[in-house]
Amino acid sequence: MRKRLSMWIGGGLLVVMILIALLAPFILTGDPRALSPGSRLQPPSALHWFGTDQLGRDLFLRVLYGARISLFVGFSVALLSSIIGTAIGMVSAASRRADMVVMRVMDGVMSIPAILLAIALMAVTGGSVLNVIVAVTLVEIPRVARLIRGIVLSLREQTYVEAAISVGTPPGMIVIRHLLPGIVAPLIVQATFVWATAMILEAALSFIGAGTPPTIPSWGNILADARALWQIRPTMIFFPAAFLFVTLLSVNMLGDGLRDLLDPRQAPEI
Amino acid sequence: MLGYIVRRLLMAVPVMGVVALVVFSLLYLTPGDPAQVLAGDTATPEQIAKIRTTLGLDQPPIQRFGGWLWHIVKGDLGTSIFSGEAVTHMIGQRLEATFSLLLLAVVFSIAIGVPFGVAAAARRGSWIDGALTTYSTLGFSLPAFIAGYALAFLFATTLKWLPVQGFVPLDGGVWPWLRNLILPAVTLSLVYSAIIGRVTRASMLEVLSEDYIRTARAKGVAPWRILFRHALQNAAVPVITIIGIGIATLIGSAVITENVFAIPGVGRLTVDAILHRDYPIIQGVVLMLSAAYVLVNVAVDLCYTLLDPRIRY
Repeated sequence: MRKRLSMWIGGGLLVVMILIALLAPFILTGDPRALSPGSRLQPPSALHWFGTDQLGRDLFLRVLYGARISLFVGFSVALLSSIIGTAIGMVSAASRRADMVVMRVMDGVMSIPAILLAIALMAVTGGSVLNVIVAVTLVEIPRVARLIRGIVLSLREQTYVEAAISVGTPPGMIVIRHLLPGIVAPLIVQATFVWATAMILEAALSFIGAGTPPTIPSWGNILADARALWQIRPTMIFFPAAFLFVTLLSVNMLGDGLRDLLDPRQAPEI
Repeated sequence: MLGYIVRRLLMAVPVMGVVALVVFSLLYLTPGDPAQVLAGDTATPEQIAKIRTTLGLDQPPIQRFGGWLWHIVKGDLGTSIFSGEAVTHMIGQRLEATFSLLLLAVVFSIAIGVPFGVAAAARRGSWIDGALTTYSTLGFSLPAFIAGYALAFLFATTLKWLPVQGFVPLDGGVWPWLRNLILPAVTLSLVYSAIIGRVTRASMLEVLSEDYIRTARAKGVAPWRILFRHALQNAAVPVITIIGIGIATLIGSAVITENVFAIPGVGRLTVDAILHRDYPIIQGVVLMLSAAYVLVNVAVDLCYTLLDPRIRY
C-alpha cells in the first residue's frame, strides 16, 4: 500500500514537471538566454526568484526551461532504447548464431562504464541535443536487449508458446500474440529506470562540457556555469540541483511502484 | 586453482578485444570526416591534416585497427594531440588520485552498505528496513555531482570540518591524504552503498530462512554470531557480485566527481581532453578504466572460490 502511495506521488510530481516543461514558453514571460550585464550574480529576489547567473540571466527562467531538455532527452532515450533494445533482444533470442555475435558485442559495450562511453561518443560527434540522445541511447541499448533476451528465452519454454508453435502458428503471429504481451510489463519498468539514468547522464555530460551546447539552458549546463561560483552564490547550484533531484526521485518512485504492480517477479522484496 | 586463474584471465581477453573494437569504431560513427569534427570549426587545414596523421586516419580502417591494437598490447596508447605527451604517461600521473578515491569509496560503501543491509534483513519490516528503502531511493535519485556540492557546502564551507577541494598524495602523509578524500569518497559511496545495502538485505533474507539458521537459533547461538558468522558468509556471493558490477557506475561517477572537488585525477584529465578535443586521451582513459573494470570482475570471480568452498572450478 505504501508502495502504491509512493507511485502516485512520484507520478504526480512527474506530471507537474512535464507540465512545467510543456507550458514554459506560454506561462513564462522573458527569455532564459537574455543577458543583462547590469544584474549579474544577484541573490534570489522578487524580480529574479532564483537570482541571476554571471551573465545576468534569470535563473528561474533557465531552470524551468531546463526541464524541457532533461525530460525530452530522458523520454527520447527511454523510447528509442526500448524499441531498438527489444528488437536486438528478440533477434538474439531467436537465432543462436546471431546470439553469439550480438551478446559478445553487448558484453563489450557493457564493460565500458556508461558515462565514459557516452563521453567518447560525444567527443567524436560534437555537442548537440540530438547527439546526446544518440550517445545515451547507444549506452542503454545493451541493458534493454539483455533483459528482453532473457525474458524471451524463458517465455519460449512456456507450454502455451510450444503449443502455438506445434499447431503451426506463423512466427510473426507468435511474436505479436504470445511474446510481446509478456515483454510489455518488464519493459515499461525498465524504461522508467532508463529514463532516470538518461537524465543523470545528460546532466553529467553537460556538467563536464560534453553534452548539450552551452547556449542551451539544460540543468547540467546551468550547474556547469555555477561550477566556479558556487561558494559565492550557492543558490546557483541549489535550484537546478533540486529540480533534477525531484525529477529523478519522481521517476524512480514511479518505476519502483510500477515494478511492484506490473512485474512482481523483479521486485527486490522476497 | 592456478589453472582456473589463467583460464579466467584468458576469458577476459575477448571481452577486452570487443571493448577495443567498440572504442576504435567510434571514430567511424561520425557523419563526415572525424578529423574535421575533432579539430573543431575553427581549425586550419594544417591542424586537420595533423590530426589525421596522428590518429592514422589516412590508412584503411582494418590496417589502422591492427596497428593500433598492436601498440596497445605493447602498452602504447598514442600521443596527445594537444600536448604531444604520451597518453600512458599522462594517465599514469593521475592514477594515484583516482585510485585513492575509488579505493576509499569502495571501503566506505561496504562499511555502510553491508551492516545496513544485514540490519534491515534482521529486523525485517522495522524502521531500519524502511530507512534502507528510503536511503536507496534517495541515493539512486542523487547524481554524484549534486551530492558532492551538497556535502561540500555542509561540511566544508559551512561547518569547515574538511577541505573544500584538492588532493594531497599519500607521500604527504596519511591524514592529509585522507582528509581531502573523505567528502568525495562519501559522495561516491551514496549510490554504491545503497546498491550494496539492497542486495545484502535480499541475500540475507534468503539465507536467514534456511534450516541451518533455525538449528543455530535452537541450540542457542548468539544472535549476532548467527547474523555475521552463519548467515553473512553464506549470503556473501551476490553481495560480492554486485560490488564488482557496481564498480562500473563508481568509475563513471568518480570521473564526474573529481571535477566537483578539483581532484587532479583521470576524470579531470578527461574533461580537459574534451575541452581540447584531444581524442587519443579520451580513448586511452576509456580503454584503461574499462580494463580496470574487467579485471576487478575477474578478481570477483576468483573470490567466489575463497568464500564458498562449494564453488569449485
